[in-house]
Amino acid sequence: MSGDDIKHGNEPGPELDEPEAAAAVKGGAADEMSRRGFLGLSFTALPVVGLASGAVRAAAAVRLPARPAPARLPAGDLTVILNVNGRERQLRIDPRTSLLDALREQLALPGTKKGCDHGQCGACTVLVDDRRVLSCLLLAAMVQGRRVTTVEGLARDGELHPLQAAFLEHDAFQCGYCTPGQIVSAVGLLHEGCPADAAGIGEQMSGNLCRCGAYPNIVAAIAAARKGKPG
Amino acid sequence: MKPFSYAHAEDPQEAAGRVARHPRAMFLAGGTTLVDLLRLEVEAPDTLVDINALPLGRIEPLPNGGVRIGALVRNSDLANDPTIRRRYPVLSEALLSGASPQLRNMATLGGNLMQRTRCSYFRDPGYACNKRQPGAGCAALAGYHRMHAVLGTSDRCIATHPSDMAVALAALDAVVRTVRPEGGGRAIALTDFHVGYGEDPARESVLTHGELIVAVELPAVPWFARSCYLKVRDRASFEFALAAAAVALDLEGAEGGSEGRIRAARVALGGVGTKPWRSAEAERALAGGPPSETAFRAAADAAMREARPRRDNAFKVELAKRTLVRALHTAARKSL
Repeated sequence: MSGDDIKHGNEPGPELDEPEAAAAVKGGAADEMSRRGFLGLSFTALPVVGLASGAVRAAAAVRLPARPAPARLPAGDLTVILNVNGRERQLRIDPRTSLLDALREQLALPGTKKGCDHGQCGACTVLVDDRRVLSCLLLAAMVQGRRVTTVEGLARDGELHPLQAAFLEHDAFQCGYCTPGQIVSAVGLLHEGCPADAAGIGEQMSGNLCRCGAYPNIVAAIAAARKGKPG
Repeated sequence: MKPFSYAHAEDPQEAAGRVARHPRAMFLAGGTTLVDLLRLEVEAPDTLVDINALPLGRIEPLPNGGVRIGALVRNSDLANDPTIRRRYPVLSEALLSGASPQLRNMATLGGNLMQRTRCSYFRDPGYACNKRQPGAGCAALAGYHRMHAVLGTSDRCIATHPSDMAVALAALDAVVRTVRPEGGGRAIALTDFHVGYGEDPARESVLTHGELIVAVELPAVPWFARSCYLKVRDRASFEFALAAAAVALDLEGAEGGSEGRIRAARVALGGVGTKPWRSAEAERALAGGPPSETAFRAAADAAMREARPRRDNAFKVELAKRTLVRALHTAARKSL
């Protein structure tokens, strides 16, 4: 930090190769548009289908209130370079932006889930320098120069990570919302040294809650991956 | 979250100066308490000084045989350090009983000492809280206060200090080292570092604005290897203490049996006090006596004599006593 630049804080980072940076951001945005676009169209289509059915018209009387638009932080005054899943991404962010929101809203990586947003559920677990941490309690600005790995970065050359394969094999989820956090947390646990017994695995996975209660299968999947086999 | 400006600091003195120059500035370390409270708008600094790049991440031997722990050492690294596990097991056990693996990978030594209470009325700006807004009153007094403190309370605040680690450090005669914005620094005994919430709820430690924790030092005491931490809580893991005990015993003769004699003891309690609660009363009761159930029970009675329970938390008095007795038995059985 130099001079009295505390208002904006950060030094300009190393220059990125511009075309690559632009491509990285553009590619991500395109991925997001296709996925979001598809979901948006699906939901738009639903009422049209529903009008044909009296049952659905009746149900419309008790429909949920319209969801507010997702809160968007104002475009920021901080430039950060994040290394996410092996790619460097340059972002302009508001200093308040959490790593979780930067991943989901700006880098088009919605695999990392927002559960409680208070560090109590583990759905937002990512790896920073191979250690499992909670992306909702990190500001994006705090991880500059560190390696961030999300659930999207676990598969290699089209092959699922052994823990992803083990979760499928053991049916280690129901609704799936906590699953990316469970898997990334378990990858971190394998790095740390995973206990062999179910109680030990339970203790070491206590930061990841599953409201469906899929714990027995989650523990079985991790125990299997620990032994180096998905099944 | 209220807007703030964000800056990195690379030198402890520079960081202290940065914060000192802005009355509403705060240090940012692991973020596990602060980012949460920013989002709740319980904390609203106008400036954050990120200190994660400071060179304070090492655990080093001291010339006097003690250990110096840098303020940015993460809770998981401290808990798993071989020296800490062997010479100060109570500290390792306390750390591993706190939070979750992800939070322990983030949380720092200094940040753990500075963490705010988990009192739900403090965390919700919709309720009156003397800690958030001096003079506003305390919603916990008439509210649901099962988790609240029974020692060091007042009619202004009954919040519980949330840290496990600090309870172990209180038992281990730890010393906090600081750097002050005007230059120089202080050495503060851990037991003098926190200010019980009951007296002036808004003030939680003796640090002045801009003063930065740089390290915690542990003394070279061989019998601190005979120490342990016992935490009792509502669920098996990832929960704050209802009651906890950090103990260390200096035994002579018939080690591990009830025929020996206790030369000295260290006792601190968690989950029941408005600060990490070192109990000189329990230590006096134990010194010179046998490591027996009767002696342990007498020490527990002494530790809780000043307890002032309220409607929902009276169970904590007996629970804390039993927790302490069991921790003392566990420590007495340990061989060095």
